[in-house]
Amino acid sequence: MRPILLSGHERALTQVKYSPDGDIIFSVSKDHVVCAWFSHNGERLGTYHGHQGALWTVDVDPTSTLLATGGADNTMRLWKVETGELLMTWDFPTAVKRVEFSPDGRQLLGVTEKRSGHLGTIVVFDINPDPAAKQSKEHSLRIVCEDSKATVAGFSYLARYIIAGHEDGSVSQFDAKTGELLFNTQAHEEDMQVTDLQWSQDRTYFITASKDKTAKILAADSLEVLKTYTADTPLNSAAITPVKDYVILGGGQAAMDVTTTSARQGKFEARFYHKIFQEEIGRVRGHFGPLNYVAVHPAGTGYCSGGEDGYVRVHHFDKPYFDFMYEVEREYAQAQAQANL
Amino acid sequence: MAPSYENLPIDDEEFDESQIDFTDLEEQYQVRLDEGLDAFVVVDGLPKVPEDNKAKLVKFILRKLNSVGKVKEDGVYMPLNEETGQTEGFAFVEYSAPSEAVAAVKQLHGTPLDKKHTMAVNKLTDIDRYGREGRIDEEYHPPEIEPFQQKEHLRSWLGDPDARDQMVMFRGDKVGVFWNEKEDAPEQVVDRENWTESFVQWSPLGTYLTSIHAQGVQLWGGKAWSRQKRFAHPGVNLVDFSPNEKYVTTWSHRPLQVDENHPVPSLSLEEDGKNYIIWDIATGKPLRSFATLEVPTSTDAEGNPVKKKMQWPTFKWSADDKYVARMTQGQSISIYELPRMNLLDKASVKIEGVMDFEWAPATPKRDGVRTYEQLFCYWTPELGSNPAKVGLMSIPSKEVVRTRNLFNVSDAKLHWQSEAAYVCVKVDRHSKSKKSMATNLEIFRVREKGVPVEVVDSIKDTVINFAWEPKGSRFVLITTAEPLAQTAVPPKTAVSFFAPEKVKGGGVGNFRHIRTIDKKNSNAIYWSPKGRFVVVATLQSQQSCDLDFWDLSFEKPKDDKDDKEKELNANLQLMATAEHYGVTDIEWDPTGRYVATVASAFRHQMENGYHLYDFKGTLLREEHIDRFKQLIWRPRPATLLSKEEQAEIRKNLRNYSKIFDEQDLAKKNTANRQVVEARRRLLQEWLAWRESMIQMLKEEGAEIELNNGKVRTDHDGEVEEIEEIVEEIIEETEEVIG
Repeated sequence: MRPILLSGHERALTQVKYSPDGDIIFSVSKDHVVCAWFSHNGERLGTYHGHQGALWTVDVDPTSTLLATGGADNTMRLWKVETGELLMTWDFPTAVKRVEFSPDGRQLLGVTEKRSGHLGTIVVFDINPDPAAKQSKEHSLRIVCEDSKATVAGFSYLARYIIAGHEDGSVSQFDAKTGELLFNTQAHEEDMQVTDLQWSQDRTYFITASKDKTAKILAADSLEVLKTYTADTPLNSAAITPVKDYVILGGGQAAMDVTTTSARQGKFEARFYHKIFQEEIGRVRGHFGPLNYVAVHPAGTGYCSGGEDGYVRVHHFDKPYFDFMYEVEREYAQAQAQANL
Repeated sequence: MAPSYENLPIDDEEFDESQIDFTDLEEQYQVRLDEGLDAFVVVDGLPKVPEDNKAKLVKFILRKLNSVGKVKEDGVYMPLNEETGQTEGFAFVEYSAPSEAVAAVKQLHGTPLDKKHTMAVNKLTDIDRYGREGRIDEEYHPPEIEPFQQKEHLRSWLGDPDARDQMVMFRGDKVGVFWNEKEDAPEQVVDRENWTESFVQWSPLGTYLTSIHAQGVQLWGGKAWSRQKRFAHPGVNLVDFSPNEKYVTTWSHRPLQVDENHPVPSLSLEEDGKNYIIWDIATGKPLRSFATLEVPTSTDAEGNPVKKKMQWPTFKWSADDKYVARMTQGQSISIYELPRMNLLDKASVKIEGVMDFEWAPATPKRDGVRTYEQLFCYWTPELGSNPAKVGLMSIPSKEVVRTRNLFNVSDAKLHWQSEAAYVCVKVDRHSKSKKSMATNLEIFRVREKGVPVEVVDSIKDTVINFAWEPKGSRFVLITTAEPLAQTAVPPKTAVSFFAPEKVKGGGVGNFRHIRTIDKKNSNAIYWSPKGRFVVVATLQSQQSCDLDFWDLSFEKPKDDKDDKEKELNANLQLMATAEHYGVTDIEWDPTGRYVATVASAFRHQMENGYHLYDFKGTLLREEHIDRFKQLIWRPRPATLLSKEEQAEIRKNLRNYSKIFDEQDLAKKNTANRQVVEARRRLLQEWLAWRESMIQMLKEEGAEIELNNGKVRTDHDGEVEEIEEIVEEIIEETEEVIG
């Protein structure tokens, strides 16, 4: 199907997210505005105004009632999805690079930037899921990253661990209750920043993308690298698709190098790999700048990508996407069907 | 407790420095001090004369000695033997400076004085150092002959049962040799980190892989890729092999520095100040060394000096490794005979104005000439009222067998056909006003009686590239209307194909134009080493990167024959066109089955890697490798099969190809089976791991996670049903009833 082009932002997109039902897409960009869109037709539902600087991150809680955002104005904000009402603002000394709700929506984490005199931190707040309730101003947990700042972070299953990706290419596992560092592994090449971390639906494993041109799937509890996907360009984002066993990688030549390289060289394509066999199976062109984020519909029926070029492209998967199977997968599917009879 | 120095042993009694034997180290690192005797030389081999004649002899040798420096006053001491009253046949000489003594050793050692006497000049310090008592054994010991050691077979790669070809790839800092596996990843033979410092090169028959280092050149080969030879040449830049791998030339832009304080293994003082060394590969010893010749600097129209590109190879080899020649531009060609490296007939061949020369790439077979000869072709520009000339000279007779006068020549290029059947001289001619340029081709038919010359002057434009079909008689050329200037957008080019006419009796008729393809960007021609197929490409261009695969003997259905092409020994067909962005080099494999195109990091940093095509232009494989620099096929030596055996194989090609097809299929099937097996294993491992994870989540009671991250809310039970009725009017008709 033809992709839907969402052209409501004036500057580069930084993150896009589907709501848990997949009906709404939230997008943030460097133009200070949060947008909500209907995913099925690309119509804009509304905007959330208030941030004073570029936005870096957005997340929606599991019930689609609360929306969290973070940006370069050193604030993390909580909004009521339905009305666009600003519920809460947390101030920090530095920019907020990543926000994420826990699986049950009762915790919210934020990753803050490292800057002159301030180390990078991961802060956790307890959230009352009722939009009418008053939110706590004080964090319940604060992890200071002394070695290398965290660039991305998220909650594992049951909010047991906080997993963070770092600027030096390592991935670490913290106890989400105590904030104790349990384990750190050099998953990616040294000093190649981890640019994205997205979860599988049950949060037992996650995918990381890195500037070292690879994406990797790691197990949440052991931090063992299960799969590696090698691309030929620095990666900004990686997502795991439900239903089908694929992963989608996005990236491209760094934005600052784009003017010195031709478009064909930029490699501004979304790449599909088979999750289990680690082989590339397809690419989707369209953006004319690097892809900053790719997000997958929770039901696995489509994906959207936000680019440095200021557009969100929403794609709905066609039948061949679902029909495609490797020989061994087909064998397995047939064996399953037989067993169910 | 803080560390204290009090209980450290002050005097270690067990250790006595004087007990250690340092002699081996002292010998190894012996520093040569200035002994104050550096200006002295010992002259030996002089005649023994009575005292009366001594002064005369001293005067005589002084004349020689003073030719390289100044001998100090009373600097010659010639001792007398008291018993015989005659001189001893040697003399001590003191120069005014050590450098003069060095020069004397270098230049005067071995100078003949008369028929019986040859002067031996050595530095006094050397005599002391090497000739001191004990350094020379008084007794003769026959040199020990080392037991024979079986060497590795240097051509073992030719015995590959699948007759695959090897290639060397240089990427990043790694050099590896691989078997070509067509679509599949090349099979690694050897891969080494930092094998070379600048580039790699095969010897012309594929026996050795050459690596270049700051200290010199190394040759590698055999099954284990062990070092076969090393040639010490500090600062070496380029290497050139003789066609039969007997000799190798190394060149460095920096003159060699070899003296006592900078010794270089296997080089002697003779090599000091030289740029070129010609080596014997079998012995690993230098044969002769040369310094770079000054190229006469010409000036352009505005009087600025024109930077001349160095010609490489400077020393050009005849096809049979018997001669090597170097041109002194504008003056002469010096031909040296191998293996002695002496100047042929002790004199260079004077050719006034000579601009370029090229040996025949194969031993020529001229009609009516039975004696052995090698040929080379040269050209001279217009000099005063004399016309420009192209000549063919036969060696060793130095006889000019053919010349041709040319007019209005601005430049000429010499192109030999691979079997030395033709040499085409591409002559760039200017009009009288010197404004417009055109190109003539002067084709010498070397094998025919009297070497007739055929002129192709139908070309109106400048020819920028020309290539003969290897082992054939067809050629391709590329023309452009404008001269090649350094503009941002290179001008359009045209590709033309030529073939000889068919004549009765199977001879080679006149060359005729087959077809020209206009409005191309092509600038490079790569013939298959076996002929017939040719790739015409655009290299090193920002805008385009086309590769056109042509077949010159395409087999058309019988009834569909072009009348014009019927008369020619060619049937041109474009088989495929491909694109390889940023392509810088094209390499045919030695069998003419595959073509590799390379985007090399030597030229640019964009999309480095290689593509592999078959001869038809079908893309088999492409690989992007960061900092990919070189891909070179390993050359093969000439086939050992006789003409009859080759014809036999060609006749039965169908049977062979059937077998090969079956083998390919079998191989593919096993490969596929392996891939499928690997996938099946991956799938099972993954499913098992997932199963364990789900089990774990169940035990932990992680409901949200098991529900794919959806939080059950109270609303979930009360599903609101919205009924939508869509009416579609398919047809509407109005009927009047009544």
